[in-house]
Amino acid sequence: MEFIVVQFLTGLASAASLFLVASGLSIIFGVTRIVNFAHGAFYMLGAYVAYTLTERFEGFFGFWGGIVAAALVVAAVGALLEIVLLRRIYRAPELFQLLATFGVTLMVQDLVVMIWGPEDLVGPRAPGLRGAVDILGLAVPTYDLFLIVLGPLVLGGLWILFHRTRWGVLVRAATQDRDMVAALGVNQTWLFTSVFALGIFLAGLGGALQIPRNAVTHLMDLSIIVEVFVVVVIGGLGSVLGAFIAAVLVSELNAFGILIFPKISIVLVFLVMACVLIVRPWGLLGRPEGPARQPAGLSIRPWQPMSQNQRLVMLAVVVAAGFAPFVTGDYALTVLAEIAVFALFAASLHFLMTVGGLASFGHAAYFGLGAYGAAFATTMFGMPMIGSLLLGPLLGVAGAILFGWFCVRLSGVYFAMLTLAFAQIAWSVAFQWVEVTGGDNGILGVWPASWAASPAAFYWLALAVSVAGIVALRVLVFSPFGYALRATRDSALRSEAIGIDRSRVQWAAFVIAGTFAGIAGALFAFLKGSVFPDNLAIPMSVDGLVMVLLGGIETVSGAVVGAIVYKALAIWLVSQTDLSKLVLGAIIVLLVVAFPKGIVGFAEDLLARRRAKADDGGAAARTTPAKAPAKAPAATSGSGAAPIAAPKMEAAR
Amino acid sequence: MSAPILEVEKLSKSYGGVHAVRGVSFTLAAGEILALIGPNGAGKSTCFNMLNGQIGRDTGSVKILGRDTTGLRPREIWRLGVGRTFQITATYPSMTVRENVQVALLSHHRELGRLFGFAGARHRAEADRLLGLVGMRDLAERPCGELAYGDLKRLELAIALVNEPKLLLMDEPTAGMAPRERVALMRLTATIAREQSIGVLFTEHDMDVVFEHADRIMVLNRGSLIAGGTPAEVRNNPDVKAVYLGEGSVYGGEAAA
Ligand SMILES: Nc1ncnc2c1ncn2[C@@H]1O[C@H](COP(=O)(O)OP(=O)(O)O)[C@@H](O)[C@H]1O
Ligand SMILES: [Mg+2]
Repeated sequence: MEFIVVQFLTGLASAASLFLVASGLSIIFGVTRIVNFAHGAFYMLGAYVAYTLTERFEGFFGFWGGIVAAALVVAAVGALLEIVLLRRIYRAPELFQLLATFGVTLMVQDLVVMIWGPEDLVGPRAPGLRGAVDILGLAVPTYDLFLIVLGPLVLGGLWILFHRTRWGVLVRAATQDRDMVAALGVNQTWLFTSVFALGIFLAGLGGALQIPRNAVTHLMDLSIIVEVFVVVVIGGLGSVLGAFIAAVLVSELNAFGILIFPKISIVLVFLVMACVLIVRPWGLLGRPEGPARQPAGLSIRPWQPMSQNQRLVMLAVVVAAGFAPFVTGDYALTVLAEIAVFALFAASLHFLMTVGGLASFGHAAYFGLGAYGAAFATTMFGMPMIGSLLLGPLLGVAGAILFGWFCVRLSGVYFAMLTLAFAQIAWSVAFQWVEVTGGDNGILGVWPASWAASPAAFYWLALAVSVAGIVALRVLVFSPFGYALRATRDSALRSEAIGIDRSRVQWAAFVIAGTFAGIAGALFAFLKGSVFPDNLAIPMSVDGLVMVLLGGIETVSGAVVGAIVYKALAIWLVSQTDLSKLVLGAIIVLLVVAFPKGIVGFAEDLLARRRAKADDGGAAARTTPAKAPAKAPAATSGSGAAPIAAPKMEAAR
Repeated sequence: MSAPILEVEKLSKSYGGVHAVRGVSFTLAAGEILALIGPNGAGKSTCFNMLNGQIGRDTGSVKILGRDTTGLRPREIWRLGVGRTFQITATYPSMTVRENVQVALLSHHRELGRLFGFAGARHRAEADRLLGLVGMRDLAERPCGELAYGDLKRLELAIALVNEPKLLLMDEPTAGMAPRERVALMRLTATIAREQSIGVLFTEHDMDVVFEHADRIMVLNRGSLIAGGTPAEVRNNPDVKAVYLGEGSVYGGEAAA
């Protein structure tokens, strides 16, 4: 009994920081509609800066002043980020906003290691709150009690801020109706900056307050951001009270989950999240929100299947790739095989993201599950390689069926956050369930059959499977199902009105994408001879996203090009610099801001422009979408009707 | 006369304290063209959205072709034979005009689950026939995302005709069009409706269009039907005039005509 009470108090104390960070994310989202992936990075920065300040200035004022100053410093950095980066992408698709802020996260990871070093840092105890209080005969740290009180205090403070100050009233108005605030003559630009700074302040404070409890590490950003996503998915984005309730719920589940399922405590959180999503898809206190924004992948230039000539060119490219073993060495072949595997992985994500408009931030889950499936089949059941390659992906399929069912109930940022959370859950299981998965040590000895053991033979196998998969995905794009999927992406409203069951179509697409990712994963397991939790971790998912983005989000299968360029670039980069995350993050940000159409999209634009110049006039309208008022040559049509500037996705009621 | 296609009884919906629609009842016969008019915010779109199942109703019943539609989703109501156009157009900007119609045809023939075969080759002729019907045959290859607004409205009509509907729900089908286009579109709709004996419920701000094409007019104000009857009856109804005084020119101009 006593133990349960103490465990409960520990949970409440953990909830405080989680609530601070989650409420910051929620407040920022409420006004700017940006889900700030970098929120975890600011939390981490808060902890590091607080560590430095409290080490330097000791004593009561040194410590508490240091904590507050750290949060302020971080908030200032946040404001700078808003001014420099976010202002450029407020109108961009959600995917780009998530990616850009993720790029910032990557950069911060390397910067933090550069400044503070890779070791964990242990901060000082809080002056005045060092001891423990005796509760029911068990010692509870005084600092925990302080955090327990702090959570509700911050909640109350935020309530007063939003309901009793002019600024707060403006922010709430902006949350409800952005245009109205603009009409009131309020300087929206600085309102956004100040809101962002407040949200980041809360994240920084959450991080700073952790230093007496936990060591400061350069991995704390990703672990907190996943927890925060879970919290806002449960509590409802945009709701501060929802964030509070959900933070308490999640922290208590973690505190008690350790007792009930010590190995896979995360499963408890998963179950609760699943239940909440079934009953209230927009979270406990969230409001349903129409997908008002243009989803990624929407191209104004309708897709065409390849012409006969293009097919021949592609065939030639594949045949040429098949000759690689005659001209390169073993190492190069291993690299090429890896590129082939990732081309398939990226193509599967591309199918979901571009054709389906569903930006998954956790696609590596199905890749990794496929890899583990192949490893289990080989090491546990002694399957031959072909059997493992066929059966292994089924684990990915099963994961996609289960997770996808929940994910397609949501859209936009909720979808992105949920896919990420599921992937993290899959990762945690792989990491924690040591008896089955080997935990961090992974599963070794997943070697290919003897006929495929040579680098050349395995390369051919990987190339064949990858090409077959990519072709199959392309056939799917132009099949009736592909059209149904694009229809749900372009307009959910219209699709429902012509008899399309959106969530079923999207679920099927999710499973298809998961299947091909699983196949790629199974190949990957044999390529490496081993599987590790890394195979389904967030960085792997993000690699996939970057490949798709780099190739071109509006293209039919640009991801393949993106995968080839990205993989080659990444391998080269790692050999050139220790700061590969910094460079990668900067590349992501640059891509989003300056080059959002990717390589293939850019090339297509160029081609289309040249073609338009060639047959000037006539049907050249293809290249100048929406800008020039379309002529209305039809019989009943007059002229002068307003052209639509941008595709309006959803009708307001 | 045959049994009505649409029977609406005591339909109500409120948003918080706002009674968007209260106690609306009416019927619609095959081949009949019924206009629902009223000032902005009267509750017209809310009515349409309840009829096609897009939003739930608080109370009341809706029967389409004699079938109770309680609890049916829009896609199920569509399968009953209901076509719908939206006040703010909802089409697929990443597809060509023809493909927009083809998707609806594929759905009508329940072929959207197929994973093989080039969809762009299916039901082409039928799509072109429908596009020809609304005068868009030569726009078939154009990207839908670059159409003029008036053309989008006509495309919506073509899509709405895909499942050979018995009932057409058209929420402001001509909003944003030039006056000449409006008349043409409604004339076309009326012709198709009479030929195929489709019941049409539409709303429209342009009273010229309403009085010329509607067989019957219902006037909605603040969620309630305040008048109904033939165009002549409605035109001379003093309550209707009172409601429209605030709106001014549209009705005033018409009354003089
Ligand atoms: N989703 C909604 N939430 C709250 N109020 C709404 C909503 N949709 C419509 N309303 C209100 O219901 C009333 C009727 O709106 P609507 O049906 O769109 O009118 P109309 O189409 O006749 O212009 C208006 O007062 C409008 O503000
Ligand atoms: Mg309306």
